[in-house]
Amino acid sequence: MIRRWMDRRARSGRNVRLGYRQIFILPTRGGLLFAAMVVAIWIGAVNYSNNMAFLLCFLLVGFGLVAMVHAFRNLLGLHITAGRPAPVFAGADAHFPLRLGNPAPRRRHALTLTAGDNPTTATDVPASSECEAHLVVGTSRRGPMKLPVVEVETHFPGNLFRAWARVALDVECLIRPAPETGHVPDPVSEQEPGRGGSPRQGDDDFSGLRTYQPADSLKRIAWRTLAQEQELQTKQFTGEGPGRVWLDYEATRHLPREARLSRLCRWILDAEAEGRPYGLALPDQSIPPASGPGHADRCLDALARFPV
Amino acid sequence: MSTGGIPPEERIPPDSLAWLLAVMAFVIAPHTLQLPLWLSAAVVACGVLRIMLAYRGERLPGRTVRVLAVAAATTGIYLSYGTIFGLDAGVAMLCLMAGFKVLELRSRRDVMVTLLLGYFLLVTHFLYDQSLFTAGYMLVAVCGLTTLLITTQQPTHRGKPLTHVRLAATMLAQALPIMVILFLLFPRVPGPLWSMPDDAGGATTGLSDEMSPGSISELSQSDEVAFRAEFENGPPVYPQRYWRGPVFSSYDGNTWRQADEDVNREPPDVQPVGEPLRYTVTLEPHDERWLLALDLATGVDREASFDAAHQLRQDDPLRERVRYAARSSLQYRLGTTLGDEARRHYTHLPDDTHPQARDLAREWRADTADDTELVEHGLGHFRREPFSYTLQPPRLDEDSIDEFLFETRAGFCEHYAAAFTVLMRAADIPARVVTGYLGGRMNPAGDYMIVRQSDAHAWVEVWLEGEGWRSVDPTGYVAPERVERGLAGAVPDTDPVPSGAFDADGIVQNLALRWDAVNAYWNRWVLAYGPNLQQELMERLKLDSWQRMALALLGAMALSLGLVTAVLLLRNRDPAPDPVAREWQRFCERLARAGLPRRPDEGPRDYARRAAAQWPEHADTIQAIAARYQALRYGLTSAESNDIRSLRHAVKHMPRP
Repeated sequence: MIRRWMDRRARSGRNVRLGYRQIFILPTRGGLLFAAMVVAIWIGAVNYSNNMAFLLCFLLVGFGLVAMVHAFRNLLGLHITAGRPAPVFAGADAHFPLRLGNPAPRRRHALTLTAGDNPTTATDVPASSECEAHLVVGTSRRGPMKLPVVEVETHFPGNLFRAWARVALDVECLIRPAPETGHVPDPVSEQEPGRGGSPRQGDDDFSGLRTYQPADSLKRIAWRTLAQEQELQTKQFTGEGPGRVWLDYEATRHLPREARLSRLCRWILDAEAEGRPYGLALPDQSIPPASGPGHADRCLDALARFPV
Repeated sequence: MSTGGIPPEERIPPDSLAWLLAVMAFVIAPHTLQLPLWLSAAVVACGVLRIMLAYRGERLPGRTVRVLAVAAATTGIYLSYGTIFGLDAGVAMLCLMAGFKVLELRSRRDVMVTLLLGYFLLVTHFLYDQSLFTAGYMLVAVCGLTTLLITTQQPTHRGKPLTHVRLAATMLAQALPIMVILFLLFPRVPGPLWSMPDDAGGATTGLSDEMSPGSISELSQSDEVAFRAEFENGPPVYPQRYWRGPVFSSYDGNTWRQADEDVNREPPDVQPVGEPLRYTVTLEPHDERWLLALDLATGVDREASFDAAHQLRQDDPLRERVRYAARSSLQYRLGTTLGDEARRHYTHLPDDTHPQARDLAREWRADTADDTELVEHGLGHFRREPFSYTLQPPRLDEDSIDEFLFETRAGFCEHYAAAFTVLMRAADIPARVVTGYLGGRMNPAGDYMIVRQSDAHAWVEVWLEGEGWRSVDPTGYVAPERVERGLAGAVPDTDPVPSGAFDADGIVQNLALRWDAVNAYWNRWVLAYGPNLQQELMERLKLDSWQRMALALLGAMALSLGLVTAVLLLRNRDPAPDPVAREWQRFCERLARAGLPRRPDEGPRDYARRAAAQWPEHADTIQAIAARYQALRYGLTSAESNDIRSLRHAVKHMPRP
């Protein structure tokens, strides 16, 4: 319940500034130990009527209170901006880039960031500048994944107090289906023999140049002609035409849905590795055959966004 | 290495460890003066072993070794001190624990515990010494401990262990006001909370509760300050500076003791003559019940009372430095009547002691007409006969009084006081020995008087019919210089005399006096502050009820912490945003409240167009504001204050959509 109350006060958005209302502060275990030690000194001071012990005791009380303010200040005014994370395959770790902006003219020490149950990242932010931090978040399910509520906390100085703020950063990472492993059947679809059935001839037989199209693989750019300041051209090889393949969602009908997406993912990766143009046919959209990283990303993202 | 289970950011870098050990050594170092040698060596060995293991990357000792070491050390302490409780043994245990804790330092948490132990160890020093020097030393130690607390507890710390010295010093400086407030206002509970171990307060020097030959001359070797006194209207002349301490009237033939009956018997009547002298005493703790006051005290502002021998006593031993105001009359009459029982007590001599002295007293009785004349005659005896005053009298074996009076004839004040009292009692005149201090030197640097242990003195009071107790000082008849000017001028040059007994001249002496003045202020205003002074202060501040006091305490704390916070957070603020941007922000907030928030990717023009479409009736105003904002923000002309004002006006008086 308390956490829900805190989250209501949490700021959200792509860019968050930590204000008074977002920062919470409580003593740490070390802080409680410190307090116990101060009480012990006080008891000693009373028992021996020792004024220097009183002075030390009260100095440490003051130090503790001041440390609380310093811990609070260490977070106050911090800007957190979420960057766009690169898509990952399900099961891999998503890296959410964060930019920590420090408008104050002094260094912020030992800030730790934790997203949900994931490992923490600790960093300092130099005075009047900013720094990058990456939150590593484990993934399991395909689909867009929101960054869990991030807890920004600091125990600086002295680990007596823990000041923290919870920020809901409005950013998501696209989780692609995990590619199927092991042996998979050939993607050449029986349903579309006309488009992909012809036997492939040697890929290495150079047959000519044509004007570059955005989906062409970088490997096939005619760098030599580019160096001669001609227009961007793509080398063509015999066997390229027949190598085209349609990767069809319907071709995997016998599998459960997520497994079908995994199969398609594997096919895309395989085709991309072979440098073979491929098209993707999903129930609600189809992507015409092409190749190259841009095309692969487009297809994989389409799989990632496939309705659950 | 056994630190395998500890994540890397929890591990302690070797240079941090080295600094930690150095600071802990600094904290413990002063204790090595008191600790047994084996214990100091063991603590040092722990530190050295730990740092060697760290640099070699070897395993720390296992649990069994540690348990055995603790058992051995506890046994060692028991053998050295005869107990494992009490102050000295407790300090020894703490030092040893700090050593062992260092030996098992693995993670940042262990470092924290060690540092907290370090803070606690600082307190143990104060139980032995509360001088300004100790205060300075400990302040450095606190800075060191705090610096390490900040650096070692910072997981991202990579640099030198002393990076945060400045931060630590700043934070401690910011804590100072809170310390002062708490020191003054936090309620002082009169201690102790539980019965104190006997050795509390450490060794103190001072007058003893009994007197035997040699006890005061031993004390005269000490340069320590007994107390300091400030006089309202200037000090009395030197020969009148008799500070009354314990009075001895029970005698067993060798040793003088305080009479138990003195506590119960009715106090004698006191008739002060003339204006009283007002002064304030800051008395060093001496672990006994008496207080010092100038003869003859008539009142004191402390919970203490006069007993039958007009000794100023309080209920509990004096374990802390106290400060009290007192009044004394230099001319007085004390105890004009004396009961039979008291008379017997004050004339009692053990049977079969001092036969020669008794003979002498009988001679005097025959030679004189009355008691008054006999006393004068007796005192004159010390001038007439070849007596000498020395700090190193010859040994007295059998009958100390007779040997002193008739053979050695060389002694210190206690010899003269004891011998004269015996002689008076032998002549049937009630007499008792008074001990205390004679003298005291004004400190020109501080306008107060310092009385040192070397001023310790013993004199005699005799009771005379019709007059009461009269104070006489046989030492003055042997060595008038002692009474007139002090110890240094009175004893032969060959006798060792502490430097404090000399007059103030020379640069060193001058500096010493200035230093003493600083110490006196420290003692007077800081160390003597206790429950009594606090109550006095509260009354002066009109904070006499506990509610008011609590309110004042909390208010002052909140105020000072608030000030620190304000200073810290104001300097933390972002640079003030551009006034134009601020107005635009206000405009956006208004529209957002009306239900049309600006999308993050939306520029002023698009947003205005959308808003204008939403509220066509205000389209002109909205467009005008957006256009003016764009012109001011992105236009080529610099923003004039007039334009900003008109934008502000437009936003302010924008119709509510």
